[in-house]
Amino acid sequence: MWRYLIPIALFAVLAVFFARGLNLNPGYVPSPLLGKPAPSFELPKLKDPASTIASDVLVGETALFNVWATWCVGCRQEHAFLNEVAATSGLPIYGLNWKDDRAAALNWLATLGDPYTASGFDEIGEVAIDWGVYGAPETFLISRNGTVLYKHIAPLTAEVWEQEFIPRIEVDCGAYPCR
Amino acid sequence: MIPELGQFALVLALGLSLIQASVPLAGATIGRQDWMALARPMAAGQFVFVALAFAVLAHSSMTDDFSVRYVAINSNSALPLIYKLAAVWGGHEGSLLLWLLILATWTLAVAFASRSLPEVFAARVIGVLGIVSVGVLAFTILTSNPFDRLLPAAADGNDLNPLLQDPALVIHPPMLYVGYVGLAVPFAFAIAALLTGSLDKNWARWTRPWTISAWVFLTIGISLGSWWAYYELGWGGWWFWDPVENASFMPWLAGTALIHSLAVTERRGIFKSWTVLLAIAAFSLSLLGTFLVRSGVLISVHAFAADPARGLFILLLLSVISGGALLLYGVRAGQMEAEGGFRLVSREAFLLLNNILLLVATAAVLFGTLYPLFLDALGLGKISVGPPYFNSVFLVPMLPMLVLLGAGMHASWLSQKGETLARKLAPAAVIAIISAITVPLVVYGGGSVFTVIGLAVGFWVVLTALWDPITRALPRKTRPLPLSRAQWGMSVAHLGVGVFVLGVTVTSSFGIESDQSMRPGDTLDVAGYSFAFRDVRQVEGINYEAVEAEVEVRRDGQLVTILTPQKRVYRVQQSPMTEAAIDPALNRDLFIALGEPLGGGAWSVRVQYKPFIRFIWLGTLIMAFGGLLAATDRRYRAVPQTSRAVSSPQPATESV
Repeated sequence: MWRYLIPIALFAVLAVFFARGLNLNPGYVPSPLLGKPAPSFELPKLKDPASTIASDVLVGETALFNVWATWCVGCRQEHAFLNEVAATSGLPIYGLNWKDDRAAALNWLATLGDPYTASGFDEIGEVAIDWGVYGAPETFLISRNGTVLYKHIAPLTAEVWEQEFIPRIEVDCGAYPCR
Repeated sequence: MIPELGQFALVLALGLSLIQASVPLAGATIGRQDWMALARPMAAGQFVFVALAFAVLAHSSMTDDFSVRYVAINSNSALPLIYKLAAVWGGHEGSLLLWLLILATWTLAVAFASRSLPEVFAARVIGVLGIVSVGVLAFTILTSNPFDRLLPAAADGNDLNPLLQDPALVIHPPMLYVGYVGLAVPFAFAIAALLTGSLDKNWARWTRPWTISAWVFLTIGISLGSWWAYYELGWGGWWFWDPVENASFMPWLAGTALIHSLAVTERRGIFKSWTVLLAIAAFSLSLLGTFLVRSGVLISVHAFAADPARGLFILLLLSVISGGALLLYGVRAGQMEAEGGFRLVSREAFLLLNNILLLVATAAVLFGTLYPLFLDALGLGKISVGPPYFNSVFLVPMLPMLVLLGAGMHASWLSQKGETLARKLAPAAVIAIISAITVPLVVYGGGSVFTVIGLAVGFWVVLTALWDPITRALPRKTRPLPLSRAQWGMSVAHLGVGVFVLGVTVTSSFGIESDQSMRPGDTLDVAGYSFAFRDVRQVEGINYEAVEAEVEVRRDGQLVTILTPQKRVYRVQQSPMTEAAIDPALNRDLFIALGEPLGGGAWSVRVQYKPFIRFIWLGTLIMAFGGLLAATDRRYRAVPQTSRAVSSPQPATESV
């Protein structure tokens, strides 16, 4: 008679998977860059088109790499928090100003504050492709030896910062705030 | 005030459904006639209140009451009236209300049509439908109230998703839901049989027309969705194995197996526990589809906005209804012993094989659909499963099933001499194989092995389906018995399967796709037709603006048609839509869709030649028509003699 119980057993296994599935986000795909060296680039600086910023600035200390643009509503949303991070975390924040207008971007930093140590000006979005950017804002955490530790898509919030970034910074830098 | 009336009606309906779900079932167990008699009035009352709630939401949508959150999110004042009505089921909350209305309607139909059934049995069937209704009503009221207010009211609505602003999409969801929800009826019959503890041929005869009716609607609903995807999504495919498509296809496969298994139970009184299991599985797969679409556990283009709280509720609902049913099955199914066996070559054996192969196909689709979830839940990575998997694993059980289908239709019940069957069908097999080789050579000048196999199977199914009707029409010395409507139904439905297979084979073997950059003045030749890109202009629709191209199609210099594909931007949501232009004909579709502007006046253009693609939907419509014939056979309309004798109050152990 036990064979009539096979269907309920199969159903129970499925139900467990479904219950587990409710807490997963199928749309979240981890960046293939995790654990790999940050993609190299060399771009004109936003504030000084004559000089350039290159990926070697990311090596040597724990750093943030933030993709932003003035046309991006989420970037405006996270900007105040970025300013706070710049003031308190002890990390340098390098910006990737993505497919933007230089005058608008400079005006944005002048009015909203500038959390960036420096920003690269990626007018045609070439570097963003190498970094696998599919929407601004995105924030990468880069280790002291220049590998990608974490990637966050969507505006940075205090909650995400505390849960995902601070523990990783503590490991990589040895303390938080860093230095 | 009026929307609150709708909410009030829903709460009253929940109250009535609670009584419907408990008192008649208890009455059937302890033999209280007056308790059982409550089943029908409760079902009728529930229908009235659910219909009232539905009418209220329809009224709010059609009168642009944007103080109702649901209307503000899913409708807009500039929307054509028909789409304001469609907006009632265009979003999560409203579509649940439609689900409830359809369940209430099926229940009402069962309440009316079950007067000839034993009282105990009818009370249990209506009671089980009440349990389902309690669950979905509670889900709607607690997590997805369509009458929530938006204060202050929105100035205008956010508009119905432009993809859904299409005539086929007005009727696709209702059809699909009538099919899905209709499977609750055989489910309730199965649970009632398990509760009663026995099941006989009469049970199968009562269950079968309900099952076939639900299946007919499901068939039409899925076909409409496929047809819509073909002309609206702009890439010219007709099936994508998207999780939500699969969610509608799995109950269809299980329902198809159930119809055939019921045939054996009705005729021979065997396969009982198997039939009951299929009835539970078919409706459970419907519920599973609801869970997958509304919980966000899988990625799909069709999914409603996901909400984990809702997902959890549906999972609970699924666990109570399907888990409870399967538990009952585990305890009770053993009592349903078969009354007889069957031979290796017989109608029963063919139907058993059909069932196994259909179930293998269902399991393969289920596994592929859920595989990304399994891996993710086990922490093994993120993947998606696409058409290559489904196409191959689906064909493996389906090809032998189609071959067996042709033979099975002609096998006798109980026992069949294999030799006689082979002799009868040999001509059909020979004609099918010869046609499969010659037709592509003559018409298209070649074809692959796949083409020949597909065509051979298609012709085989068509010929074997038509064999009996045709040979009976021929003049004979002895007049054979006329075919019953159910036999006609079988022949017609199987003819539909054959037509469908032919359509799929030809269109995938000989279809041509060409993606080109074209500017006004350019001409493109595809499959002997020349497409001249004449002009691009701006046009205005009632709630959208569009760029429209004019493409002149000629064959051998003769004008065939002028096609005007559009790229629309709907004003409210600003979402671009591709409106393909199609010149349909039975033997070929010419399909042209406008892509993106490439600069310098050039556009990316997709031109497709789709031979016999209409056979795909023609085939499914023929299947549905066959189902309609079978469901209305005389023996289902006649009042069964035997049930009269047992319609008095009976103890719970009474056999039905």
